[in-house]
Amino acid sequence: MNWFWYASPQTFYPLAGRIALGCGIAAALLAAAGLYVGFFVAPTDAQQGEVYRVIYIHVPAAWMSMFIYVVMACWAALGLAFNTRLSGMMATALAPTGALFTFIALWTGSLWGRPTWGTYWVWDARLTSELILLFLYLGFIALQAAIDDPRRADRAGALLAIVGAVNIPIIHYSVVWWNTLHQGASVSMAKAPTVAAQMLTGMLLMALAFWAYSIAVTMVRVRCIIREREA
Amino acid sequence: MVDAAISIVRRDLLLAWRRRGDVATALLFFIIVASLFPLGIGAEPNLLRAIAPGVIWVAALLSSMLSLSRLFAADHADGTLEQLLLGASPLGVIAAAKAAAHWIVAGLPLAAVAPLIALQYDLPSALYPVLALSLLLGTPVLSMIGAIGAALTLGVRGGGILLSLLVLPLYVPVLILGAGSVDMASAGMGGEGQLLLLAALLVASCAFAPWAIAAALRISME
Repeated sequence: MNWFWYASPQTFYPLAGRIALGCGIAAALLAAAGLYVGFFVAPTDAQQGEVYRVIYIHVPAAWMSMFIYVVMACWAALGLAFNTRLSGMMATALAPTGALFTFIALWTGSLWGRPTWGTYWVWDARLTSELILLFLYLGFIALQAAIDDPRRADRAGALLAIVGAVNIPIIHYSVVWWNTLHQGASVSMAKAPTVAAQMLTGMLLMALAFWAYSIAVTMVRVRCIIREREA
Repeated sequence: MVDAAISIVRRDLLLAWRRRGDVATALLFFIIVASLFPLGIGAEPNLLRAIAPGVIWVAALLSSMLSLSRLFAADHADGTLEQLLLGASPLGVIAAAKAAAHWIVAGLPLAAVAPLIALQYDLPSALYPVLALSLLLGTPVLSMIGAIGAALTLGVRGGGILLSLLVLPLYVPVLILGAGSVDMASAGMGGEGQLLLLAALLVASCAFAPWAIAAALRISME
């Protein structure tokens, strides 16, 4: 099979449409199932009460926010290595979804933190890393938006995404270390309690729904970019 | 290859010397920002001692970032950068030399002035060497990472403000380790661990950043 067949925007365009439709339907079904399990089947948490149910949005969003950056950096590296037009378009199309999930993770996290920790925001290592990840996404989007030539925007963004991906582990571990130095009001969540099977099912269903949603909207967005540039 | 690097550093330093005002402005900015915090927070000595390392490091970050947009702009405007790209010496070496010259002009003076600000913040004098050393190790990393951003935003709309958005999140580890080393030393635990980690960041950035700067310059100039 020739993997480069779909590397051309023209041949990829119809495929992207089919993938977007399939993943869109899958996302709707999985989200409906996941939310049903999360809200009606899963038991109430013994310590946190009903508040914990925000994890069905929060945890999958946090997973996706980090995973999408890695995928974006991989497309960026592919684009720089093979000089394929589609790779840059994929990276550009992924960035807003990644930023959205990062924001959702922060937002739902603070909604959960208010009743549980008694405050909307603590300078916890995870929260701080997630916030810096949001800044990295916004920097990527802003850089691409500021450059008019699409080829240069793709390549400049690709380099920035790779530099960011190399830096993310360093940033994360420095923030973790900083957090242990300044032991403030943070709450340790390192030892997660054992999760009931229905809770895990709901969370996995929602994670799959977010996956499908990400793929669907990225494909729709990449189709828009192809139309803009190749028309 | 080494000759090219040396002559670039010498040329950039000469240009900076001819326009001493620009260098002085960045240094003055550093001092003014650091002087604003007591006015905003209050002059309680214990509070000032506690925030001094962080304030000095944040001011150093901002000051070093301000002069970044000038790093390649003049060479880009008069065509020198194109000649450097076309020249025989490897672009990575040239990029490293440019970043090194930026550090000598924008980073080194900060390390020299920082003890003076530490004095204003009533930091114990035993901490001055740690503070100066952390700045000596950390500011070259800032110049290296910043040069990537400067090369990417070359000739881009709203380059200066965009540059800060790109570069500041990447500065976070240097800030944490730099300010942390002074914090640890003031707590009596010694800041050696943080200083060693800063040195590791310096080595890593010197090894990898020049190639990223070179790639960014090629992208911006094509």
